[in-house]
Amino acid sequence: MAIETQPDRAQGAGGGQPLGRSGARPWWRRPAIHTAIVGAVIGYLLGHLLGDYLTGATGAANQYPNVPLSDSEDWPIVLGYVFAIVGWLAGLGVFNDIFRQMIGRPAAYNGNGQHEDGGLAKYFRYSLDHKVVGLQYLVGMIIYFCTAGLFAMAIRTELLSPVHHVFTSQVYVEIVGEHGTMMMMLMSSVILGPFGNYLIPLMIGAKRVAFPRVEALSFWLTPMAFLILLSGLLLGGFPFGWTGYAPLSIQSTVGADSYAVAFGLMGVSMILAGFNIIVTVICYRAPGMRWSRLPMFCWAMVTTSFLMVLAAPVLVGGMYMLLMDRTAQTAFFASRLGGSSYLYENLFWFFGHPEVYILALPGFGIVSEIIPVMCRKPLFAYKVAGAGMVGVGLLSFFVWQHHLFDSGINPDMRPLFMLTTELISIPTGFIYLVALGTFWKAKIRFTVPMLFALGMYFNFLIGGVSGVFLSDVPADTTEHGSFFVMAHFHYTIMGGLIFAFMGGLYYWLPKMMGIKLNTTLGKWQFWLMFISFNSTFLPLFAVGMAGQPRRVFEYALNLQPLNDWVSISSFVLGFSILLFVINFVWSTVFVRERATANPWQSRGLEWQVASPPPAENFDQIPVVLSGPYDYGVKDAQPVADLHPPAGVLSAAISQSAATRAEA
Amino acid sequence: MAASVAEDAQGPGSTGPNHGLRIFLIWLPIAVAADLLLYFVYGPHMPPGQMSNSAQSQQFDIKVMSVLAAPVMAFVLVFMAYSVIVWRHREGDDEDGPAIFGHARIQATWITVTAVIVLFLASFGTYELAWPGFAGAGAGEGPSPIWKPDGAPLQVQVIAQQWRFTYRYPQFGGFETTNLMLPVGEPIQFNVTSLDVIHSFWAYQLGVKADANPGVNNVAYTTARQTGNVTVRCDELCGLWHGAMFDYGKVVSVAAFKTWAQTTEVQLAAITKMLPPYSTTYDPTVVPQMSKAMVKAGLVGGNGYYYPPNDPVQP
Amino acid sequence: MSLPARVATLLLAFLAVAAVAAFVVIHYFLGGPPTVDYSSGVAADTGATVHVVMQEDPQNTVSTHPDWVSYFIQNPKTHAWVHTTLFKVPAGSKIDMTIYGYDGCTPLRNPVFGEVTGTIGGVEDVDGQPVKSLNSWSGCNVGHTFSIPGIGLNAPMATPSNPNANLCGSSPCTSGPHKTMTFSFMSPRATGEYFWQCRVPCGGGFLDGFGGPMQTIGFMTGNMEVVS
Repeated sequence: MAIETQPDRAQGAGGGQPLGRSGARPWWRRPAIHTAIVGAVIGYLLGHLLGDYLTGATGAANQYPNVPLSDSEDWPIVLGYVFAIVGWLAGLGVFNDIFRQMIGRPAAYNGNGQHEDGGLAKYFRYSLDHKVVGLQYLVGMIIYFCTAGLFAMAIRTELLSPVHHVFTSQVYVEIVGEHGTMMMMLMSSVILGPFGNYLIPLMIGAKRVAFPRVEALSFWLTPMAFLILLSGLLLGGFPFGWTGYAPLSIQSTVGADSYAVAFGLMGVSMILAGFNIIVTVICYRAPGMRWSRLPMFCWAMVTTSFLMVLAAPVLVGGMYMLLMDRTAQTAFFASRLGGSSYLYENLFWFFGHPEVYILALPGFGIVSEIIPVMCRKPLFAYKVAGAGMVGVGLLSFFVWQHHLFDSGINPDMRPLFMLTTELISIPTGFIYLVALGTFWKAKIRFTVPMLFALGMYFNFLIGGVSGVFLSDVPADTTEHGSFFVMAHFHYTIMGGLIFAFMGGLYYWLPKMMGIKLNTTLGKWQFWLMFISFNSTFLPLFAVGMAGQPRRVFEYALNLQPLNDWVSISSFVLGFSILLFVINFVWSTVFVRERATANPWQSRGLEWQVASPPPAENFDQIPVVLSGPYDYGVKDAQPVADLHPPAGVLSAAISQSAATRAEA
Repeated sequence: MAASVAEDAQGPGSTGPNHGLRIFLIWLPIAVAADLLLYFVYGPHMPPGQMSNSAQSQQFDIKVMSVLAAPVMAFVLVFMAYSVIVWRHREGDDEDGPAIFGHARIQATWITVTAVIVLFLASFGTYELAWPGFAGAGAGEGPSPIWKPDGAPLQVQVIAQQWRFTYRYPQFGGFETTNLMLPVGEPIQFNVTSLDVIHSFWAYQLGVKADANPGVNNVAYTTARQTGNVTVRCDELCGLWHGAMFDYGKVVSVAAFKTWAQTTEVQLAAITKMLPPYSTTYDPTVVPQMSKAMVKAGLVGGNGYYYPPNDPVQP
Repeated sequence: MSLPARVATLLLAFLAVAAVAAFVVIHYFLGGPPTVDYSSGVAADTGATVHVVMQEDPQNTVSTHPDWVSYFIQNPKTHAWVHTTLFKVPAGSKIDMTIYGYDGCTPLRNPVFGEVTGTIGGVEDVDGQPVKSLNSWSGCNVGHTFSIPGIGLNAPMATPSNPNANLCGSSPCTSGPHKTMTFSFMSPRATGEYFWQCRVPCGGGFLDGFGGPMQTIGFMTGNMEVVS
């Protein structure tokens, strides 16, 4: 199939030194994170004042007389957050070009041609260069992960004893909610954000992404979501975990507003990020980059992006309805007034299930990308792998009621959803077929990325099989809502996604920053992390089967030894993450050992350029000549011609034009 | 070189050791041993035990799934371990591995086998749910259950509120108690509802779990097969004291249960008069029995004044 | 940036993060209302008597949520009223509770909790008269309850005789119409934390009346810590 090629001109590098006067300004006079913070604070104050006016707290006539006594300031806080978000974006300069064009002046950044100068300042700005956005995402995600991980340490500290409590139950339930929500909402972009945004143009032979502004916006919403969620602690937190079931979430005090706003905002970020990736991969592939040559990582990113674009709007809608119930006294979820608590559950899980595949698929993509390189063999059964990704993505929309088996849904729905949930394990299994086939007669190099990939396969096996146990309705009657579920999703999400993230980081950091992470520390981190991870979460299957529900601070005394073992292991796990942070900081800030352009001898297109890549990724749009997994093929073509002769590109363009003319 | 690549591409049986056979021979005893241990040694002790027919059906399910899961996991793990040991990169060997892009027969076999296992599990689970002897396997079936036991079950209403379960026995005058007593050997129908937020009634040893939703009756069935203690925990985060929302119930002989029920009915008669009449759901914000004085004072029910009477406006 | 500059920046950043984390943990996580100690000087498991005094008010004017209903507990040594719901008693002892009820009435969601359970004698004394149960639907009778589910204790709090009269307006209440509830129970022999709560949906402005003060420690719910 001929590829629709873009004339070279249309693919100037993303990012941009601003045109005109503003480029000469010093860093503190250009919009960046410091102006964003100022904007957010001003926005919050304005919104809060408006909310106070509407609800009569300022003594003005009560504009909204139906808000009853309670001194709960939902309106001021929600409006404060919303205005803070707008102020944050305004302070970043997101609206500047929009307003310029509205008044008829040319945009300052046109996303073409220029690139940002060196130095750290560009990482604190609304940069349109996808490589800058990728690194911003990387640092952001590490910060969010570590913060949520600290909450997890607090949870395990509390669970050391069922009788002696470290925190009050109020603080504990707040911590549980913060940990869960922070992880689930922010880690959905933990791979797509840093690696997807950074690497996809490089992998497909493009100089930029389709929508640099949308991409940068998707990043800059995440610190706001993170901070709004954290600020919930100042408001008393929220006592309903990350699932936010109504009517408890309507009953809660103002901390719940931070949950709803932060989660909804992150949903918007997901929609934007996914949308950008889909269009980039469809429209910006270089000539010769057929779908059958697309790296498996890109397949995973595209599938994840479709899930984001289709599922996150339901979340945003659900959060909005929740906020309306909390502030405007609507009754979407109040059964005695005509609403239904089931409505929330279904809305939430219709998003919630694709969300967990948003978390799982990128992990599949990364390990499928790493193992051919480290095994020096082609990816076994490429088409099956692609079918697996697409199949998982498609089926993930048809399984959500397996979270509701015991909740009183129509009983004849349950065999249907049991069937679809069991069916989804078939495409998930394809990933293992591909992996085992790639290992067959390979020459496995145990580099740190490969170790993490192997760890991911091990962990996801346990996680995936335990998912099959959960999909069976009778067995789920005992397992639902217990620590069995906890162990299952920690194995799939942390054991799958985060191990893959670590593997991807060790694999791609030489490309992204031109710096290699310390291998010895990396191996220590892997082994400590792998052993302590399994030691932490494997016993939780037993704990759950023995009857301990989730999110409790008191449990049966005879389960204390197991819980203590798990808690101690979790501290070791936390230490291994600390090791990672130390390695990351040590290698990137202090040692800065330069990496070669292609230290893994990979055939990936992104490895054929320098490390870090030049500003425009490629001097010219390359012509892709063969697939990225042609290891071991005698007389294999190089993966791409990076400097195709003048005739080749124009021939490709005219050929595709001729094909279209014929059609 | 090309020839051996082609041969390798045909799968096991080419020149060199027969890796496929080796893996199979390592896997077979492990899988068989694991299955035998799981089914016969651990099987009778698997959670949630055998105290009721629901628990038994769940235990059987978990046993069958473990027996199927163990060989699958063993295969992947043995294969991975074998690869990691045998197919390591040797020092000085800078050649790539064989260029095997796929193998139609192996792919087809894998897809077929996984599909068969999965479809079997789905039908097996459905059978376990629907078979009359198990009557829904203890899971909450909503207000219109379709898998019911034979005969007229004992009605036990579980009222969940923040942060306590109370139990009403409509067949004994509708008295309400925090004491859960159940007879052995007779089918029991749990009618689970909530007065405020979503809770979940989880009677662990009975294998019963049914979410308690406000304004909804969630029905679950079980028949206890042994006497003993039952741990009841709330399984859905319901606010501050969710972790402390648990109590203990008891399954006793039919005679002991009848004695207890009749005695308690008499004991609590005065309190039962204060309660609203038995119903499968309750709206505690609208209480018809509220005295006129209270209504005049604006107190129509326990609603916390979140929705004033005229809000939201009903069309 | 030069190496020393990078090291310095990094150290500063790390110290800042550690300081913030420590602040959050100490201030938000480990903070909370104080615990009133009724167990000091009393030997556990001897059946000794401990006299705990509390009051429940229609509001509290001492916190950041002044219109939230609240309990107060009296310090046994200083007799000052403390705005907390956490108290400590010795194990295996007789606890004599005196609770002053200053707040008006709200109907119970589940009237079964109008019945007194778990006390010695199965009754509570309301202004000296023994009472077995209070009907919160037949009249303005119940303001709150004091319930410790872990030991099966439930004691409804009666409302002042004329609820239309001005209820006490500033907390802790020392004057104004009120009822005095007294009852006794044995503290369990097993040490630990036994949570207690009010069962009346008196969290005005929150759905089902169970939000706000009902779910915030220090107002309408707390812990009875049993120590040896």
